[in-house]
Amino acid sequence: MGIFDGKTTRRRVLKGGAALAGGALVAPTVFSRGAWAQNFRNDPGDSGSVTFGFNVPQTGPYAEEGADELRAYQLAVKHLNGEGDGGMLNTMKPLALKGNGVLGKKVEYVTGDTQTKSDAARASARRMIERDGVVMVTGGSSSGVAVAVQSLCQEMGIIYMNGLTHANDTTGKDRRRYGFRHFFNAHMSAAALGPVLKQEMGTDRRSYMLVADYNWGWSVEESMTKVTEDMGWETVQSVRTPLGAGDFSQYLTPVLDSGADVLFLIHYGKDMVDSLTQAVQFGMRDRQANGKNFEIVVPLYSELMAQGAGKAVSGIYGSSNWLWSLNNEGSQAFAKSFGQEYGFPPSQAAHTCYVQALLYANAVESVGTFYPVEVIKFLEGFEFDGMGNGPTLYRAEDHQCFKPVLVVKGAENPQTQFDLLELVQEVPTEQITYPHDLYPGDLGPYEV
Amino acid sequence: MDALLLQLLNGLDKGGAYALIALGLTLVFGTLGVVNFAHGALFMLGAFVAVAVNRLLSFSVQVRDESITFFEAYKQQPYLEIWFGDLGLAVIAWSVPISILVAIPVMLLIGLAMERGLIQFFYKRSHAEQILVTFGLAIVIGEIVKVLFGANPIPVQAPPAVAGPAPLGAWLGLSENLVYPWWRLIYLFTSLLIIAAVFAFLQFTTYGMVVRAGMADRETVGLLGINIQRRFTVVFGIAAIVAGVAGAMYVPILPPDYNLGMNFLVLSFVVVVVGGMGSLPGAVAAGFLLGVIQSFASMGAVKDILPGIDQIIIYLVAVAVLLARPRGLMGRKGVMET
Repeated sequence: MGIFDGKTTRRRVLKGGAALAGGALVAPTVFSRGAWAQNFRNDPGDSGSVTFGFNVPQTGPYAEEGADELRAYQLAVKHLNGEGDGGMLNTMKPLALKGNGVLGKKVEYVTGDTQTKSDAARASARRMIERDGVVMVTGGSSSGVAVAVQSLCQEMGIIYMNGLTHANDTTGKDRRRYGFRHFFNAHMSAAALGPVLKQEMGTDRRSYMLVADYNWGWSVEESMTKVTEDMGWETVQSVRTPLGAGDFSQYLTPVLDSGADVLFLIHYGKDMVDSLTQAVQFGMRDRQANGKNFEIVVPLYSELMAQGAGKAVSGIYGSSNWLWSLNNEGSQAFAKSFGQEYGFPPSQAAHTCYVQALLYANAVESVGTFYPVEVIKFLEGFEFDGMGNGPTLYRAEDHQCFKPVLVVKGAENPQTQFDLLELVQEVPTEQITYPHDLYPGDLGPYEV
Repeated sequence: MDALLLQLLNGLDKGGAYALIALGLTLVFGTLGVVNFAHGALFMLGAFVAVAVNRLLSFSVQVRDESITFFEAYKQQPYLEIWFGDLGLAVIAWSVPISILVAIPVMLLIGLAMERGLIQFFYKRSHAEQILVTFGLAIVIGEIVKVLFGANPIPVQAPPAVAGPAPLGAWLGLSENLVYPWWRLIYLFTSLLIIAAVFAFLQFTTYGMVVRAGMADRETVGLLGINIQRRFTVVFGIAAIVAGVAGAMYVPILPPDYNLGMNFLVLSFVVVVVGGMGSLPGAVAAGFLLGVIQSFASMGAVKDILPGIDQIIIYLVAVAVLLARPRGLMGRKGVMET
């Protein structure tokens, strides 16, 4: 007998009211996966699949990094969908993912070319969000691009998992509620590199800096200048160079007569390969200045750059977020999986992108919804391990990950064709941690 | 003193590239009367001749890399190394000089095909139409290269013997620390040699004399029974060789991509305009002048006073020259004037 069968009595009304009230109390837990279904952009709803947007540089000075990032994302999708050997899904802790997609939906993806240009990157991200219906955008590599796309994603209510971006601004003054960065930053590089440079090169040094002329270059310039001057070095000159200049000779020739004995190449990707190769052509590796060996430092290093520059990198110091040869189970799982797929080990760009894709998927699986506000709240303050960097914290206040930083140098006696960088020191998290308000910024609202 | 010398040399080697492209542009304009916006594409094609020769010589077989144990890794072993050992590797290492020799006939053919196949149909059309069609051609060539070689720059190294620094200070009796890359010095001297050869060809050969006569008065030369058009076609081929060799030699300095031609074309047109439309000595002089000015504008001391000046100095100089001398430094009256 139904409650509303036309024979209304006081007892039946009371029964019905009690049932409705009980249902209302139970609903948030019983129907939680669909609870926000109407309220957010690109909700996959009942669809059997969900789309991620991989927005990477496929052309321009950072194209090599972009290509490796894309390989990593494609591998992450395979692992999320239960294909391949699972990679870091075997080592990640805590883990909610089950290898059956995300919340049971098969992960699909679309790709875009940022061209290493902010406007092209924003246009590409917008297309992914508006036309392809992606639930999350991720990619790099350029802090200029990262800041621009992160800001767009904030406006559009789509989470942006930063790929390779190293400027302090990304999680500093330009931090956004919808943006998260796993990669380390310029401040951390300087904090890690400073003591090693002091130990290797002493306290009486004169440095010359060639700086990529955009927010990342300025960040590294500021952080490295502060650290080196605090330990007694003098900055002779700091010259800003255009992104993608190609021929850096006109900026390198003044270095020879500047009285400097250390050259900081604050370039990345192809720019770094070009400037370092040309610096070597100008004899800067075999030079004496002020009675000391002339030294070159590359604050942000990558295996791809080392590969491009060849023997020129041998013995040159820098910092890195990750190395495929690290002796921990997460790194080994990922390097093995990536190597089997592509025939060579992954770069740090590939690593951070792979991890970001997994972290987002894991957050969604953990909260049981794609609703970005819940995903953001889960990631804020999230602590995890088994992803290649040891215990890691996603700091809630600025969405910056904190983990050990690697000081590396170009391999001097490589044993294999892939031994391009060697680990000098793994700098502990405490040494590179800084207050979240050192680079003040406003995350903005959860609801947009 | 050392700094100024280095900056001067640097400007001259940049200027060498500008001058070579501008020289070809001016030759074509002076003979055929065509404003050839596809000339930068010829420079880029020359660079890709070097890339293609390198790839051809480096053609490899995949060999299992036993030093890697945790996944199946392979390394490339060139056939030339398998067949000839160290000699094969040496041939690959010298691929850029080899490619310069290859570029000469290849670029001549490309130049002749371009002139006969397309540009000859636009001789009597307006400059605006010539610019449109040659600009379109440059885009088509760029896209073809992009399809064949990809969008990203491809590095090719100079031979190891000339890849490092030359002891310039020791040669000049100055500081031993004063060095300059061998390949850039070679580039500069080869540029000067090519420029001298083109001028000698025009100045001291009968063929060149007829070409110059044709440039001055095409109709009268034609009335003398000389097929001046055929000679101008050959001049177009020579201009293509000059641009192509300049491009092939530039590869160790700057890894080329499909857009290389466009980057240089804009600068080269500024060089031609500053030098004076139709003036060969003007194009060469302006090429070196603007290269040197750009180099000095990149010095830290200058950028401290005027940040970003290195990016715009060439255009500022062009504006200043055109305000003071609207025909350019050595421009002739009546050229590109109504």
